[in-house]
Amino acid sequence: MKGFIYKEFLHIFRDPRTMLILFGMPIVQVLLFGFAITNEINNAGIAILDESKDEMSIALTDKLLASGYFTLKENLRSRDEIEAVFRKGNTSLVVVFEPQFSSRFIREGQAAVQLIADASDPNTAHLLSVFASGIIRDFSGDISIINKPPLTIRIQTNMLYNPELKGVFMFVPGTITVLLMLISAMMTSISIAKEKEMGTMEVLLVSPLKTWQIVSGKVVPYILLSFINALIILLLAYTVFAMPLRGSLLLLLAESILFIVMALTMGIFISTISNTQQQAMLLSMFALMLPTILLSGFIFPVENMPDALQYLSHVMPSKWFIVIIKQIMLKGLGITYFWKETLILALMTAFFLIMSIRKFNVRLA
Amino acid sequence: MKQIAVDIRDIRKSYTGIKALQGINIQINSGELFGFIGPDGAGKTSLFHILTSLVIPDSGSATVAGYDTIHDYREIRKIVGYMPGKFSLYQDLTVDENLKFFAGIFRTTIHEHFELYKDIFAQLEPFRKRKAGQLSGGMKQKLALSCALVHKPQLLFLDEPTTGVDAVSRTEFWEILQRIKYMGITVIVSTPYMDEAALCDRVALMNKGSIMAVNSPENIVRSFGKNLYAVKSEQMFPLPGLLATIEHTKAVYRSGEYIHYLNEKDDFDPVLIEIYLRACGHGMIQVHQIAPSIEDCFMVLMQQSKAQKAA
Repeated sequence: MKGFIYKEFLHIFRDPRTMLILFGMPIVQVLLFGFAITNEINNAGIAILDESKDEMSIALTDKLLASGYFTLKENLRSRDEIEAVFRKGNTSLVVVFEPQFSSRFIREGQAAVQLIADASDPNTAHLLSVFASGIIRDFSGDISIINKPPLTIRIQTNMLYNPELKGVFMFVPGTITVLLMLISAMMTSISIAKEKEMGTMEVLLVSPLKTWQIVSGKVVPYILLSFINALIILLLAYTVFAMPLRGSLLLLLAESILFIVMALTMGIFISTISNTQQQAMLLSMFALMLPTILLSGFIFPVENMPDALQYLSHVMPSKWFIVIIKQIMLKGLGITYFWKETLILALMTAFFLIMSIRKFNVRLA
Repeated sequence: MKQIAVDIRDIRKSYTGIKALQGINIQINSGELFGFIGPDGAGKTSLFHILTSLVIPDSGSATVAGYDTIHDYREIRKIVGYMPGKFSLYQDLTVDENLKFFAGIFRTTIHEHFELYKDIFAQLEPFRKRKAGQLSGGMKQKLALSCALVHKPQLLFLDEPTTGVDAVSRTEFWEILQRIKYMGITVIVSTPYMDEAALCDRVALMNKGSIMAVNSPENIVRSFGKNLYAVKSEQMFPLPGLLATIEHTKAVYRSGEYIHYLNEKDDFDPVLIEIYLRACGHGMIQVHQIAPSIEDCFMVLMQQSKAQKAA
């Protein structure tokens, strides 16, 4: 057993490609998902057309720019310039103050601000207008309190758990899930299929080794490496993206190990039905990777999918694991809130374990 | 007195319609160096897979050291050493690491039975830190043999160990097998090379999933008719057809630059061949009587079984 595990580590450390997949990919993926593939608002370019230029419009402009969501690209002088500034492409929102802004506000109790958004990117346009109106409403509230009289209705929207709507908080759990799945399932299935392909499985079978010894000799190194990977990703998320960890680290790691073991049993199962490394890789890619990315709620919310796909997403182990990670990291909840998800993962593990032990052949096919 | 090490009874096996083995019956004695001789596709590897418990036969049964290959496969796997036809060590591990690994899975150490393979290992000594994938063909086979011997098996199964190995290494390899046999290990080896048959105690000549003969190489050659001739003329192409029309011809086949001709009559006179060929207009005729080799036996047996099937 010990010798088997040692041998497996030698295989891993001697193959530069394996090493690259194991340790290069997680880092690159986390950084990619974290920085490039986000849909959050950060320093969006805006232009201001201030037709009154009084104390209140200037104060509101300052408040908008101080929020951090917006960067002032241009001050416009007339409405004719609005189209031109959108055409330049670096501005996605124009804020227009009507003339005599503060005097109207104080005298008539209301003044108008017009938000013109570039809706060629509808998501961004919507988000920007929501953010801007939030700030403006906030501003009018402040003024009303100072001036007391008419009670204006304040709408307060709170973005719970991720108040800044940071995309990275969504992508990190997803990335951890995808990577653990990839490394655990794909790498084990490939490494077992490799023994079959190279003919070494024949020699292993004609030896006193039992099935569970061969399998665990293959699996133990990958449990360790996947676990190290999970730690690296979490560390990156924590340091580079300031992802909070509100719940218990121990619980998170324990759940990660459960998921890793689940993925490994899937990997063993895949290897029992494939005879070559290529077969194993394709199977893991199509059976695991794509559904994990597409159906787990990692990129597309499960709630928005057609019913059939929603049902399909229930059999994706990754979907449940993502829920668990988010509950722990973002909400800081304990096991009582997601024992159901944990149980589902445990049952899936048991299922694949039994299936692969039954399928694992003590002879040649 | 003689103990049976391997008992094969009416083993049959087909792979998707191809009959790989069609009723094999053989008893191999303990301490024997036994060879399965036959061309590619004769069924040697299929038979080895069944004997090493890797494959279940369609029908028939086999025991290895008294253990049934289907039910007692765990016991068999403890006491046999197996070297598959394809080089099956870890190419990215060094010589030492491979040996250590195989010692480990058999719960032994490199040193415990070192006397068994120390001669072989002495030749590997300079390459101990080299990766197995970078060894020469002969060295690879020696390493594989060392790994198969590391737990001192009672029986050693070697599937075509000398295929793809140079002539010098082949000779060396067979010397090693002789030594292993004298250490009390039953050695069962398969080979497509007919000349290697003479190095075995007993051989089974195999073709197309059937055993054509089982005997010691000397007896196989002895049972062969006396009247074997090597014939040559200036027109080689029509020669076999012409020879086949001679009365009481048993077999005609090409062997190197000669046509080998066998007649079943003991009192056959080779002058007949020369007269006949000359009458047919052949010149530069050579006819020599030759001592049969295993290859001759094999060719004759093959032609006979073909003739039987045709009839």
